[in-house]
Amino acid sequence: MTGSAARQALDDGLVVAWRNLKRVPRIPELALFAILQSIMFVLLFAFVFGGAIPLPGGASYREYLMPGIFAQTIVFATATTAVGMTDDLSKGILDRFRSLPMARSAVLSGRTFSDVVYNAGILVVLMLTGLAVGWRVHSSLPEFLAGVGLLLLFAFVMAWIGVWLGLTLRTVEVTQQVSFTVLFPLTFVSNVFVPTQTLPWWLRPIAEWNPVSALTAACRNLWGNPNPFATSGLPAEHPVELTLIWVVVLLAIFAPLGVWRYRSMSR
Amino acid sequence: MNAVVAEGLVKIYRSRTSEVRALDGLDLTVGEGTVLGLLGPNGAGKTTTVRILATLLRPDAGHATVAGLDVVRQAQQIRRLIGLSGQYAAVDENLTGRENLWLFGRLYQLPSAEARRRANDLLEQFDLADAAERVVKTYSGGMRRRLDLASALMGRPRILFLDEPTTGLDPRGRLGMWDVIRGLVREGATLLLTTQYLEEADELANTIAVVDRGKIIARGTSDELKAQVGGERIEVVVHARDDIARAIQVLTAGPDGDHTIDEHVRRIAVPAKGGAQRLAQVVRELDDAQIAIDDIALRRPTLDDVFLTLTGHAAGAAGAGGGSHDG
Repeated sequence: MTGSAARQALDDGLVVAWRNLKRVPRIPELALFAILQSIMFVLLFAFVFGGAIPLPGGASYREYLMPGIFAQTIVFATATTAVGMTDDLSKGILDRFRSLPMARSAVLSGRTFSDVVYNAGILVVLMLTGLAVGWRVHSSLPEFLAGVGLLLLFAFVMAWIGVWLGLTLRTVEVTQQVSFTVLFPLTFVSNVFVPTQTLPWWLRPIAEWNPVSALTAACRNLWGNPNPFATSGLPAEHPVELTLIWVVVLLAIFAPLGVWRYRSMSR
Repeated sequence: MNAVVAEGLVKIYRSRTSEVRALDGLDLTVGEGTVLGLLGPNGAGKTTTVRILATLLRPDAGHATVAGLDVVRQAQQIRRLIGLSGQYAAVDENLTGRENLWLFGRLYQLPSAEARRRANDLLEQFDLADAAERVVKTYSGGMRRRLDLASALMGRPRILFLDEPTTGLDPRGRLGMWDVIRGLVREGATLLLTTQYLEEADELANTIAVVDRGKIIARGTSDELKAQVGGERIEVVVHARDDIARAIQVLTAGPDGDHTIDEHVRRIAVPAKGGAQRLAQVVRELDDAQIAIDDIALRRPTLDDVFLTLTGHAAGAAGAGGGSHDG
């Protein structure tokens, strides 16, 4: 890629991202309900289920919960990306883009970038909510930022999965259904809400190697929040490294799949 | 010099259960600075043709050039030279009119300031200036189509593809759209326009190509096509069955003139050279002859007539044309 082509790809990607973000305040319900949904989970688990979920050593459940909520929010946002993609597809916006002399990569890079920015905004609101219910960061600022960085990196990967899902499923209704059918078990069979000790022996390794668990555990470790694990091993001892491995692996799978789907629209 | 050339285009849509031949060896040319109207029913292959020429779709066989560039191998170069305005208004309904134009102008690689200026001009030209700061969701169908067309014009394209620009519009919206398109034609635009309405092709195009089941089945000026169909006709329904013979004599100026009769509903149809004037004359003559009539009308040939004449089947029954793909 020559310098000017790279420049064009960057410019066009930013223009597409601008367009995606411009839509956020125009459909405030979307962001509002994404936030309310997460807050509802905070309240449900902090005040309803939390009392029934004892943590080893009597650690604070709310401090345990919040990193999980952040991870869950980011995973659920995949559905927003996917639906946004099918929406653009069905309304002919993607055809318009494809008829323009813009960088071919810009539609997807703009989409994934704007979704990371969108997620960052939602994270800020949720962190304030967390502070209100008693969640605290007990480590240093760099470690706090490292945790945020991991969350956003993960959001980028999930956006690529959303792009692929959206382009594959092609209708908004189906995309919505399928997204949640996949995303619910992905976040619930993990350490997000319950310590993996409570799971049956055969489900435990699945939950502990789950990328969402790795991300949650990494944030808990980085921020000094309670992080009990049933077994020792890579997921328990090196969650940051495991998260980074997952990021690379998932990106290597789903970014090419998304690009391939986009290109094969002309077949 | 031909701006668009397509030769032997074939496109087959395959799904697990069926195979639809949307294009079956379609040939067409559009001369520089001329308007070609691609006329046909739903599922005939009009949209597929436009999608191939606008580089959105690869043909399975055949080849096409736009401005001398190959639609498959030189797609990105073609995109700098074309504007596409589709059947479904592909503008972002959550952005304002002005934001939409700026967005597409930037993606046509205009610098930001120039995109803003051009957006201003087009909003003015297309009578959208008052609505420029409103979100497109609040636009009427006609306004959306005009904005869609304006989006396609942001990059000053040399060749414009308009896919059914007035389908779904109310009569007022249609007239507004025609005005805008006529303006482009006056400025010398090269235009390929698809439509289901003979009237529209007649109004806007120099040459009309009739497409059916993925092939061009006739090509000519609208006068040439209408001559094949028989042009305008006057249809008279006489009150009394006994008057039919006399009425024919009046209508054709003699018993053997060219005419068709539907005895059952007492309807006589004759060619009407001279259109409305001939109609007025016929009314007077029938009155003079004291023939009572129930109904009289000047009937223009429709797409159905063209189809019936050219293919022997009605437009609606265009066979396995795969309407879903033409959407």
